[in-house]
Amino acid sequence: MSSHADARKTFLYDEHIKAGGKMVPFAGYWMPVQFEGIAAEHHRVRTKVGLFDVSHMGEVLFRGPRALSVVQRITTNNVGTVSPGKAVYTPVCLPTGGIVDDMIFYKVSDTEWFVCVNASNKDKDFQWFVRQAEGECEVLDLSEQYSQVAVQGPNGPALLARIFGDDVLGMKPFTFVKKDFQGAEVILATTGYTGEKGGEIYVPNAVVADLWRTLLAKGEDLGVAPIGLGARDSLRLEMKYCLYGNDIDETTTPVEAGLSWTVKFDKGDFVGRDVLVRQRDEGCSRSLVAFVVEGKGIPRHGYPVLAGDREIGHVTSGTLSPTLGIAVGMAYVARPNDEIGSKLTIDIKGLRKVEARVVQSPLVKR
Amino acid sequence: MSVPKDYRYTESHEWVRIEEDNVVTIGITDYAQEKLGDIVSIDLPRVGDEVERGEPIGMIDSQKASTEVFAPVSGVVLEVNELLNDDPAVINTDPYEEGWLVRIEVEDVEQIDELQSADDYEELLGKLDDEEG
Repeated sequence: MSSHADARKTFLYDEHIKAGGKMVPFAGYWMPVQFEGIAAEHHRVRTKVGLFDVSHMGEVLFRGPRALSVVQRITTNNVGTVSPGKAVYTPVCLPTGGIVDDMIFYKVSDTEWFVCVNASNKDKDFQWFVRQAEGECEVLDLSEQYSQVAVQGPNGPALLARIFGDDVLGMKPFTFVKKDFQGAEVILATTGYTGEKGGEIYVPNAVVADLWRTLLAKGEDLGVAPIGLGARDSLRLEMKYCLYGNDIDETTTPVEAGLSWTVKFDKGDFVGRDVLVRQRDEGCSRSLVAFVVEGKGIPRHGYPVLAGDREIGHVTSGTLSPTLGIAVGMAYVARPNDEIGSKLTIDIKGLRKVEARVVQSPLVKR
Repeated sequence: MSVPKDYRYTESHEWVRIEEDNVVTIGITDYAQEKLGDIVSIDLPRVGDEVERGEPIGMIDSQKASTEVFAPVSGVVLEVNELLNDDPAVINTDPYEEGWLVRIEVEDVEQIDELQSADDYEELLGKLDDEEG
């Protein structure tokens, strides 16, 4: 992300400075990119537990007697008729099938949905929601009221239980409950962006610093420490979780991006359905694959992918996988090069070409 | 941010140290390594390769980003820092000495004079700081 002299601070900024966080401007906020080192933080989340400040994310509430038809119309997944207390990951599409953003819908009741959207898309999403709702329900931007903390790692549930009670241990993935923290109502969800157990906590700004310090204090013997955006990126990439702006955007569809499992064609009409049905039935020309590099070099966003001398796509994300010790990434490639085992050649800025192989996702099994 | 006075610099954050009249050592600056963060791998030219001023001659990969290294001068690669193959993070801990990248026999020594002085480079870093607030 580019630099901004006017980047804002989250309510945990002072905590990050005290912990030695290296701060960078990201999506309009000063965010920690690393603390002890990206690889060490990555391993900590895979083996113990880490805390992420994700307060830059946006929160929106849909509410009203007719909110159900609004949320079903704007999403591709079935966020509407699931039980209250369920969280659902879904793209939101344009009529062209292109992705406006990907997000999580939390069904609070039959008339209320709490939504977490990407930081970089907050304003665009809110405007899109308001326009699509056409006054049929309330659409409230709660981003200024909420901070968000992710607790991720195998020791995550134990840490959360120490603060919120043992019932947390029985929560299924992608569910949420409302909890009390120092008199404030927080939303505790078993969601995340790392592939690990644990959860995400939506918490009013006033108590987030206390919650952060409490998590660090109560999790000391569990190996807890703060984690920066650098490790967040390598963790999500090992799971082949898409990053908006890198792997998906308004020019890519959920079908191309391997997100067909989030498109419920039989739920009734929704924005983008016609295009997605056509892509499902006729196939699309390219798809998003995970790959491992066989050799030296780390592919990065935008590098061309070749088959022989012919350009067949481009890399969308790439990193050195701290878990596997080899370079991995994601790329859009023309069919049939998307089949598991396909050989790809990646052009590293004209300096050299490296061989890569399409593999099954996730890249790291959890 | 350290900027040794007796080195020369480029706007793309390489440093140049004059060893003999027509031999220079090059590396990346403290500023560049700090921006990159933990360096995990490098890709350098081979001994004997001809390099041309301003053209990419290698790549430095950190955990979070990759950056090209550009030749500050034209010439022939005399030596490559083999230590970096095993421990590229030396560039983070000692960018100006142990973390050097390659030595080059310079084709046209006038190109060395055209590089930035330490004062020029510090001024450039000052401007970059201002832009970032």
